[in-house]
Amino acid sequence: MGFDWTLFFESLGPIALAGLKGTIPLALSSFALGLALAVVVALMRISRNKVLSSIARGYVSVIRGTPLLVQLFVIFYGLPSVGVTLDPWPSAIIAFSLNVGGYAAEVIRAAILSVPKGQWEAGYTIGMSRTTTLRRLILPQAARVSVPPLSNTFISLVKDTSLASLILVNEAFKEAQNIAAFSQKFMVIYLAAALVYWVFCTVLSAGQNQLEKKLDRYVAH
Amino acid sequence: MSPTESAPMLRVSDLQKSFGDHQVLRSIDLAVEPGEVLALIGPSGSGKTTVLRCLNGLEHPDGGNVAFASGPVVDFSAKTTKRQRDSLRTRSAMVFQSYNLFPHMTVLQNVIEGPVTVQKRKRADAVAEAEQLLERVGLGAKKAAYPHELSGGQQQRVGIVRALALKPSLLLFDEPTSALDPELVGDVLTVIKELAEEGWTMVLVTHELAFAREVADEVVFMDGGVVVERGHPDQVLREPREDRTRQFVHRLLNPF
Repeated sequence: MGFDWTLFFESLGPIALAGLKGTIPLALSSFALGLALAVVVALMRISRNKVLSSIARGYVSVIRGTPLLVQLFVIFYGLPSVGVTLDPWPSAIIAFSLNVGGYAAEVIRAAILSVPKGQWEAGYTIGMSRTTTLRRLILPQAARVSVPPLSNTFISLVKDTSLASLILVNEAFKEAQNIAAFSQKFMVIYLAAALVYWVFCTVLSAGQNQLEKKLDRYVAH
Repeated sequence: MSPTESAPMLRVSDLQKSFGDHQVLRSIDLAVEPGEVLALIGPSGSGKTTVLRCLNGLEHPDGGNVAFASGPVVDFSAKTTKRQRDSLRTRSAMVFQSYNLFPHMTVLQNVIEGPVTVQKRKRADAVAEAEQLLERVGLGAKKAAYPHELSGGQQQRVGIVRALALKPSLLLFDEPTSALDPELVGDVLTVIKELAEEGWTMVLVTHELAFAREVADEVVFMDGGVVVERGHPDQVLREPREDRTRQFVHRLLNPF
């Protein structure tokens, strides 16, 4: 039996469309929320307040120590048993945001710690408070350092959103599964899905390079 | 300490600081008159940098007190308030050995960051002043450059201008030329010397003994967390009274 190229090309369109309507919005919104969460968690983690740093540490540990699929299922299939029933989309966004929050928090924390101590001191000597030093001097420098690892987190997230098909979110992989179930041509359809994800990720990597170049203007090496 | 009629601009009494078990400052007394240049010299680990850092609030002393003529006496033997510590910090500005310029800001932004963000001065005024100061140290053309585009000597001159822009009563220099290539040291020392001649009050930690002799009004030799000897530069550096001073000066002038 030969490879059904016609079906392959015909299915690319619907899968890519589901990607644009499902995968990309899901990844973008989860990443934005997750990043905001991550900054808060990273700041809690480096805080001198023991309670705050312990909470942050515990959160990161749970997120990184449990499978994303399990986190997704707990929120979508588990929460209804305690009276919280969420639709597929909100469940997915919450799960992915919490997940990104955990991973990105560690990236941002490491980036903050990578800024030389002399930068904090220079901020203090010109009269800045800890908060102002952080906001004006440390975070902008940490942001530059964290772009490459955060871009990797984002690209992983784009691919991980395929798991949302298992909680009935209509995204690229769900669309592929639907077509496959109908046509029974699994190899053709799943390779088409793989191609769509690969194109998405390649475009995003190019975007990452552009962003890094733009941020490179003040970096010495 | 020489008795003086007028109140010194800065008086430090019995300053003490330990890091863990290591007592870095045992009991330091200093007085700096308005317009005076005080050079702190001594071997590595003698505590001279720690003195500067205590004055600028980068270290919290364990005891002793620090007072500026225009402000309260801050007694570190008792609990100090943030307001007291801030009152000290705002009176001095620090120039670091490793410059510590902000790499994500241009030269001009580096200079106006303190005046605008912290002191809430009008941006246009701060910019005009910053440009004038940069012009004075020969960096007028570099205001839009980022620090990594400058040589070490240029970066340190920006560091000095950043300190001046805060309009402090006292300038603190922590080995300002130690990180520089030898051929760039002169530019920075020239700027410091001009500031001294203009009447800026400063405390200078340095290994450049010849320079200390030229610009300082008083040289203080520290070793092991205490002041071993102090006096006029010619006396301390050419005819030291103490053995430890003599050995140190001899070693620095004859390294081989």
